[in-house]
Amino acid sequence: MLNAVLFYFFAVLAVASAILMVTRRNIIHGAVFLITTLLATAGIFLQLQAEFLFVVQIILYVGGIMVLFVFVIMLVDLDLSLHLVQFNRQRFVAGALALVLAAQVLGAFWVSRSSIGPGPAAVVAPQNTEAVGQALFGRYMLPFEIASILLLVAMIGAVVMGKRRI
Amino acid sequence: MAHFLASSTFRQLVLPILYGVVIVAVLPLAAGYIVLLERKVMADMQARLGPMRVGPHGLLQPIADALKLLLKEDIIPQNADRFLFWLAPVASVGMALLAYAALPFGPAFQVADLNVGLLFILAVSSLGIYGIVLGGWASNSHYSLLGALRSAAQLVSYETAAGLGLVSALVWAGSLSMNSIVQAQYDHGVWFIFYAPVGFFIYMVGSIAETNRAPFDLPEAESELVAGYMTEYSGFRWALYFLAEYANMIVVAGIATTLFLGGWLRPFAGFRDHFPGTSIELLDIFPTLLFLAAAAFCFRLVPRQPVKVQKHVMAGIGGLGVVTAAVMFAALFAPPAVMAGIHGAFWFLVKVGAYIYVFLWFRFTFPRYRFDQLMRLGWRFLIPLALVNVIGAAVAIALSEQWGLPPSVSVIITLAATIAVAMWLAADGDKPAAATARAADGD
Amino acid sequence: MLPIGNYLFLSFTLFTIGVIGVLTRRNVIVMLMSIELILNAVNINLIAFSRYWGGVDGQIFAIFVITDAAAEAAVGLGIILAFFRNRDTVLADEMDLLKW
Repeated sequence: MLNAVLFYFFAVLAVASAILMVTRRNIIHGAVFLITTLLATAGIFLQLQAEFLFVVQIILYVGGIMVLFVFVIMLVDLDLSLHLVQFNRQRFVAGALALVLAAQVLGAFWVSRSSIGPGPAAVVAPQNTEAVGQALFGRYMLPFEIASILLLVAMIGAVVMGKRRI
Repeated sequence: MAHFLASSTFRQLVLPILYGVVIVAVLPLAAGYIVLLERKVMADMQARLGPMRVGPHGLLQPIADALKLLLKEDIIPQNADRFLFWLAPVASVGMALLAYAALPFGPAFQVADLNVGLLFILAVSSLGIYGIVLGGWASNSHYSLLGALRSAAQLVSYETAAGLGLVSALVWAGSLSMNSIVQAQYDHGVWFIFYAPVGFFIYMVGSIAETNRAPFDLPEAESELVAGYMTEYSGFRWALYFLAEYANMIVVAGIATTLFLGGWLRPFAGFRDHFPGTSIELLDIFPTLLFLAAAAFCFRLVPRQPVKVQKHVMAGIGGLGVVTAAVMFAALFAPPAVMAGIHGAFWFLVKVGAYIYVFLWFRFTFPRYRFDQLMRLGWRFLIPLALVNVIGAAVAIALSEQWGLPPSVSVIITLAATIAVAMWLAADGDKPAAATARAADGD
Repeated sequence: MLPIGNYLFLSFTLFTIGVIGVLTRRNVIVMLMSIELILNAVNINLIAFSRYWGGVDGQIFAIFVITDAAAEAAVGLGIILAFFRNRDTVLADEMDLLKW
């Protein structure tokens, strides 16, 4: 029962914040609503008993990436875009495409409706962080190293792009 | 009734909510009295008396301050973003209070023992940046925005170093759950500050910068940026920011205590000699003796008070000391869980208090860092040192657990290497090449 | 344990909102934020499946997705900043230097 309450609370919060984010005129308000969406997503992770991902989501996504977004939004002139049209010319075609995509996915759900019920009671590793750590440094060592090189490249790229005179 | 108290609903649902309510109710009062303590300590270090007028020895000063802040006019700047202006202090206080959910005040007083408790507190502390940045932006004022951006940059820089400093003690603990970390210090028989002293130093410096305390308080220095991101906030909104800052201070003190100073363990927790004939351990008599000594000190000061009200209050505080000593003594005869709870809370609060006292001491001793000096210290000294320290901690653990060296030996080896690297990093600014490089960076 | 359909439906909803955000907004920063929303929807999906079929592989994949999102956000925002300094605009309609 508590599971269902938590899930619906975080799910409604996530969807509402996402809709608000996409429709705000003031980008900083949009960023704040994206922050609440990400926090609600972290709550869903916790409800799925993925505690390490819950903390990683908050530290990296909300505490890192969104801070970056907020800084850049502050450096970009806000007033310039507050009074202009917010949605572009292709919005109706885009809406139609999104509806087609939604219909496809819902169709996939409908076809497989018998197998998306309650699944087998999967065993949850009691120490989630240990299991993630062992897998990350065991089976997934190569992707881990590649990810670190990717981050190095991104760091260099961001520093170069941010300079005023290269 | 007894059945309800023992049921799991009570322990898992009602008790955490009760603890949460107690924390949220007590914390503003505690923060107010820490402010008074700070003013008294500042006065003592500056050879004066501090607040004395409001209540005997200034003891009612926080209540007067709180009343004043509540009754002040609520001013919102003209073109301020009203939604964010309202949200920013709320976010700051919310995140600061949320961190208390995983902080243990003793073996019996913890809202939730999360498996990832330490990371959770770090994560929530890093969310405090938003209160500052959004507050500075929403105020629509130059001072606020500059102070907010400087403060956020400082916070982001030092939280990396502080987190890495924690890792060096964490490898010895082997778990992220706060209870397990204290248990590991009990099992090893020594506080982790002795296994990771450099880590403690890094974490202390990082936590001073994290809470915007001197000497890293440029963003809120009055002579620099008026009040930084808090400039346009008045009355209750400012009180919320202030509460968030002092709540953050207690949280970082709590983390340092749990990880480095043994949490709620008594010093020499493994020394279990008893009083002859009883099951009471020798060192457990210390809290009682401490409170009796404090009470005696208060009673000695009573005749020297100039005013009768102060005499009564001093005698009352002495009486309070005697009552607390009696409680500590009675706890020695209580069931082990109650005894551990009360004495554990006492030791935890003593260590947190000592850490906060060091914060206050630093504030009135060191001059303020300029912002570029601050950033250089964070990025070019602390983060490399923290990385080397993590490597050193890993080597120490490998030496002691896989090669069988006693932990003290492996710690001393890696400590020597880390300190050598630290001295090399710190001397970076003295070489002529580095000095010209810094001059070139500056323009 | 809730049926997995709940999580899949939530993930699908967030994904669709993100897609609509990317396709219909003019402001490039909002487009980037919608892309982050899409990545989060995918993460919910991955972790739901990891929970339902055991194993931490889904969570490892989600960690890599978050890492990728960080790298992409950093570089993307750097590009937006550089463009803003030169052309003084962040609207996708006005970024048409290569148009004939």
